[in-house]
Amino acid sequence: MRLLTHNMLSSNIKGVINGFPLRIEVEKVVEKQVDFNPDFLKNMFSKIDWKALADASKIMGYAELPEEVPDASVLDSDEFLQKFHHALLELHLEEGALVCPETGRRFPVNKGIPNMLLHEDEV
Amino acid sequence: MSSRPELQAPPEIFYDDVEARKYTSSSRIVGIQAELSERALELLALPDDDIPRLLLDIGCGSGLSGETISENGHQWIGLDISRSMLDIALERETEGDLILGDMGQGLGLRPGVIDGAISISAVQWLCNADKSCHEPRLRLKAFFGSLYRCLGRGARAVFQLYPENNAQRELILSFAMRAGFAGGVVIDYPHSSKKRKEYLVLTCGPPSMSTTTPSAKGVDENSCSDDDNSEDEENQTVCISDRHRPRKKQKVTKKGKTRSWVLQKKEKMRSKGNVVPPDTKYTARKRKARF
Ligand SMILES: C[S@@+](CC[C@H](N)C(=O)[O-])C[C@H]1O[C@@H](n2cnc3c(N)ncnc32)[C@H](O)[C@@H]1O
Repeated sequence: MRLLTHNMLSSNIKGVINGFPLRIEVEKVVEKQVDFNPDFLKNMFSKIDWKALADASKIMGYAELPEEVPDASVLDSDEFLQKFHHALLELHLEEGALVCPETGRRFPVNKGIPNMLLHEDEV
Repeated sequence: MSSRPELQAPPEIFYDDVEARKYTSSSRIVGIQAELSERALELLALPDDDIPRLLLDIGCGSGLSGETISENGHQWIGLDISRSMLDIALERETEGDLILGDMGQGLGLRPGVIDGAISISAVQWLCNADKSCHEPRLRLKAFFGSLYRCLGRGARAVFQLYPENNAQRELILSFAMRAGFAGGVVIDYPHSSKKRKEYLVLTCGPPSMSTTTPSAKGVDENSCSDDDNSEDEENQTVCISDRHRPRKKQKVTKKGKTRSWVLQKKEKMRSKGNVVPPDTKYTARKRKARF
């Protein structure tokens, strides 16, 4: 699972009001190279929750993103786009867990696939 | 034995390791999935600007449909309830991210972040009650409601499906409309029992030019009809977008609901066995506009 997906996912447990962002427990991170596409990044930028991305990226061992939400003018900087690209699309949480920020419920991640299936009493 | 997999076992049981393996080793299935996905993407009508979009593949299974999305240059997130199917997707090294999840429990995604969704032969599974805790209506409601929220305004969702009968199609459609979607059903090659394919094309947001249902393929090919006693309706594009009203508007008509209308409605709900507050002198009284 890439941080792109982590940035979109939230805990869906019944009664949870703010299930975002899911806390990441890292056991294993892998990096996979992805073609660089600035158009995609520019299009995604406004939808990204920046703090969640910067924090997640740090936890995954990549601390190059600015902590503060950057101004959209950074999208003209190739250096910025490269870092954004790497954090968003090339870091995979391979083993570990996603944890609901409100209830502490753990969603295990195996072979890169988070198990978001809810138990009967969580629906 | 029924030929409909939906009637044989729940999806996470039906699509076990054996079935999942069969799925991608059959060149016939691989070909059909690619064709259906290609058409679904076409019906999504994404802007023709070469910008990769973030799409959802609901019931992504072994990733065959996802591969079509990747080939078209887009990023995707796939959701499926069968771990066996997702393991095949891993094996095939599909490019999208995979999530093990049940669409009937609702999609846990932030609002407005997804540019479009496709689903190939999956949504009809929601109409089954596979567990005692399953109530198809609630699951359809959770699914469409959460899908509507996570899509950006004006974004589309296209579902290729095999409804069991007209009632099932109506059921699925009615929950999509209730969630706020506009759109309708596109039936390609309606006169051919083999090539006939059905797509639910939904648009997020109030009706506009972009919500009119696209036209179907192969509608005029009466000559190649290989199925004369087809029980299907004649009109191929069942457009229902004009039936749609944005949810909020539905509640407040210009004059407001009359007391008699409200009383009638409450009586009807009571007769259905619902818990309805008692009628009092306050029922449907005029209220000041407050903001
Ligand atoms: C006909 S297969 C489609 C496969 C997929 N398009 C592919 O390319 O492999 C239908 C898929 O829907 C999935 N499915 C059925 N019910 C589901 C549910 N409630 N939530 C998520 N996926 C579901 C099944 O597990 C199965 O993989």
